[in-house]
Parts: sequence; structure tokens; C-alpha cells
Amino acid sequence: MAVTELDSDSTLERILTQHAGMAGPLLPILHAVQDELGCIAPAHVARIAQSLNLSRAEVHGVVSFYHYFRQHEPGRHVVQVCRAEACQAMHGERTEQHAKQALGVDYGGTSGDGVFTLEPAYCLGNCAAAPTVMVDEKLYGRVTPERLDSILADWRNR
Amino acid sequence: MSIRVYISRDAAAQSLGADETAAALQVAAAARGTPITLIRVGSRGMVWLEPLVEIEDASGQRIAYGPITPELVPELVKAGLFDAAPHPLRVGRVEDLPYFARQERLTFARVGIIDPVSVDEYLAHGGYVGLKRALGMTGTEIVHEVLESGLRGRGGAAFPTGIKWRTVLEQQVLQKYVVCNADEGDSGTFSDRMLMEGDPLCLIEGMTIAGIAVGATMGYIYLRCEYPHAGHALREAIAAARARGFLGPDVCGSGKAFDLEVRMGAGSYICGEETALLESLEGKRAEVRYRPPLPAIKGLFGQPTIINNVISLASVPIILERGAAFYRDYGMGRSRGTLPIQLAGNIKRGGLVEKAFGVTLRELLYDFGGASPSRKPRSSRAWSFR
Repeated sequence: MAVTELDSDSTLERILTQHAGMAGPLLPILHAVQDELGCIAPAHVARIAQSLNLSRAEVHGVVSFYHYFRQHEPGRHVVQVCRAEACQAMHGERTEQHAKQALGVDYGGTSGDGVFTLEPAYCLGNCAAAPTVMVDEKLYGRVTPERLDSILADWRNR
Repeated sequence: MSIRVYISRDAAAQSLGADETAAALQVAAAARGTPITLIRVGSRGMVWLEPLVEIEDASGQRIAYGPITPELVPELVKAGLFDAAPHPLRVGRVEDLPYFARQERLTFARVGIIDPVSVDEYLAHGGYVGLKRALGMTGTEIVHEVLESGLRGRGGAAFPTGIKWRTVLEQQVLQKYVVCNADEGDSGTFSDRMLMEGDPLCLIEGMTIAGIAVGATMGYIYLRCEYPHAGHALREAIAAARARGFLGPDVCGSGKAFDLEVRMGAGSYICGEETALLESLEGKRAEVRYRPPLPAIKGLFGQPTIINNVISLASVPIILERGAAFYRDYGMGRSRGTLPIQLAGNIKRGGLVEKAFGVTLRELLYDFGGASPSRKPRSSRAWSFR
């Protein structure tokens, strides 16, 4: 979703106000910014740092430390493929290869049509129904390459 | 009269189509003019039977059918599902299934049975009895009870929980904290997730007892961001508990304050280490701290902090409810109580088994797990016990 600069500014100010007085507010603020604005851009980092009386380097250091935080906007949906052992034991690598092929990207990439960003996950906690894929917040178990095709087809138009 | 239908809202059940099955049941019931009340519960832990549908029959028994994918719903309803009629997918009462009957469910006693965010159902199934007893005890007495139970940290290091608590209790400062380490990152583990989704009030009660015991007024649940479903369940449950006075400035009218907040992690495996987790909660990069000082002396924001795993904290309510001896009587050697064990990977019946310490790998793999569905396991990593 495209957000204009002005919208982005007022959203960020509202988030900062909502978190005023909270103990240890940086991660909750970063989550809220990413949830609402899609990513944490350099301009956001500067404003958050100023508001919390931190240096930009400190905030950037936190943003870049955690894999979940993005500095660029993702596709419309994020597809996470679990790569942990229980999924591997159930041929998760086939699902993984198929996801890369179907979307034409490697991990971290966004499909050419801008719909899907592919990410690896190191355990989605669905080990008894492996292999597992999560699209945004919707979890899928026993995902064969064929099932992945129908999942992606379902999400493509959402 | 409306027929009560139970179906799981656990992420694993959802991943196999539980939401779609629930929707199909509503449609089929409406088409027949059969009034049903759909109750979303946690998972019974038999993941190979998910989506599991339980129908309350005329005598009040819950009769299970599974696995019920949405496509099967019309046929099943036609075959008399709402009357709990016979069918090849009818598995009967869950409590009668050997997989379930052989377990010793203490921490997971309510998971899969109650609506996870209903305080009334929680109370009707023994919830908050432990807290009410704790409110009549001194901090020293509560800590003694936990020590005597033999409970050790379920996060992996097996440090005696009561000793951590005693150290925090001894600190003479105004502000202390209780932190729950819900950064369940190891592959093959999902018992924390199932507990938080299936009985979040049990964790909330355990943390409240911890706070009352040591004089901490604030608690944080640090939850990994890969678990959005658990986050929703916890927030709903915290709001419900607060609305009923089980959290807040005056817990159960005791004059003692305790409140809770869920904080989301951001995809850093190291946060499972407790001092890295505390750094992260403070809004920093999750870097491991030097010790000493221990978190029990200088933890979150430099204050004395109890930091325990989800299952450790969720085991506390039953210890306070039934007494230390009751809990200690399960287990063997220095390992007292029960352990939720997760069966996953290339195994026929994957899921959660809660047993007293002492269960053998053979029992878990063959009696519970039913061994591998493929004849030759691909490697010794093909099964996972955690």
C-alpha cells in the first residue's frame, strides 16, 4: 500500500504519542511503524531517535540487528517458509525449492508482480504438521509443492 | 436446544483447515436448520487428528471426529454428525483414546477443553484456585511451596525455579519484575505455543503468583514474532483477566498490584537466552550480558527479575492449587513433576504428550508416536523429541 509522506509523518507522530511513557518502548514502536507503514525507513529512524533521545546509530543498530525489521517495503504479502529440522525431515526442502521457483526469487526477494516477498523462518512451531508455510499471519501445514501452488493462487488476488 | 460443537483455534489446527471446517459446519447446520453453538478451544495435542471436531451428545459427553477437513463436512453432517452418529472418522471420547488416556496432564489439564479466553470457563475448571491460596500466604511460604515441588526450569537448563524466586524475594528494593521467556525458538518445540494458545490464563495466573510471591508489580511476556496466534490469545486473555480484577492495581481485592504486558520479539534466536532477552525488552540489540550480576539481582531495567520459561510458570498454578507434594509425587530422581513432550517430524502420530519424568523413548516413539509412516526413517533426525 502506497503511503504518502504526509500520512506517514502523522502516523509516526501518533505512534510516538501512543508509546509515550512506556518502559523500554523501542521495539514496540518499531513493530507499530512496520505494521502500519510497511517498513522502517531512514527518515523514521531519525524521528524515532530524536523522540527517544537516542542517537540515530543506536536506533539503526537495533533495526538492523533484528531480522524481522525491514528497511524496504515488502510485497503485498509475506510468505515465510519454515526451514527448521522437523520440516526438513518431511521434505520441506522440496516446498522451499518450489516456492523459490514459483515466485522467481530467492529469500529476501519480492516477486516481479510485487505480490509476494519470500522469507525463511527458523521454526514456525508447527512441527507436527510439517512442512509449514505462513502467508502474512495465516499458517499452513503439510505444504507439498502442489498445495503451495493453490495457496499462492488463493493469495494472489487478495 | 442448540448443539455444542468444539473445534480448535490452535495455530496447528488452523494450519490444517480448522477455520474452514468451522465455517463449513456453520453453513451445513444453517442449511439443515440445526442450531449449533460453535466453541473454539485449544488443541488436544493429537495433531494427526486435526481438524478435530467434538460434538456434545445428549448425555453431555464430547464425541470426537477427526481429521475433518472442510470438504468432508457435508457428507459427515448428512451421516448424522450433529447426533454423534457412527462414522469411520468417529474416534469417540478423547479421554478414552490410548494416546490421551496414558498421559498425565497437569499443566495441560485444560488445554483443548475450555475456551482459552473465557475467565468463567477457566474458573469452572479449577482456575485461580492456586492464586487465591497464594494470596493467603506470605511470599516466603509461596516460594517454599515452589521449592518443595521440585519444579525445575522447563526451558532446558533445569535450574530449580524456587531458588530463582527466593533470590528475587530476598532483594530489598521497591521495583521488581516477572518476565516470561516465550521465545520458543528451537525446532521441534511447540508446547509453549500450545499452552499460550490453549490456556493463556494458566500462564497469566502463574506469573501473577510469581509477582505476589516476590513483590513484583509488573510482568512481561516476551513472545517471538513467529507466533502471532499466541499473541492474540494472550492479549485477549490478559484483557479478560483485567476486566474481572485478576490483574490490575488490586488483584482479587487483596490490595496487591500486578499487571502484564505482551512484548513481541523480532526474529532473533539469541533472545531465548535470558539476558539477551532482557536487553531486547529494554529496547536494545539482543546481546548476552556478562554474569554476575544474575537477573534475579539485576535484571530488567537493572531491577531484580524472575525470568522463567512458559511451561515453568504455567506449572505454578497447579502446585499452589494441589500443594507441593502432589506435584513432587510425579517424576523420578531429581526430575519431579511432568514434562510436555513434542513428537514431530517423520512420525505417524505427531503431537503433544504430557507425562511424568521417566517415560522412555521407546514408549514415546512406538506407543505414542506409532513410529514412522515411511518404512525407513531417512536419518536419526527424522523424529524429534523435545
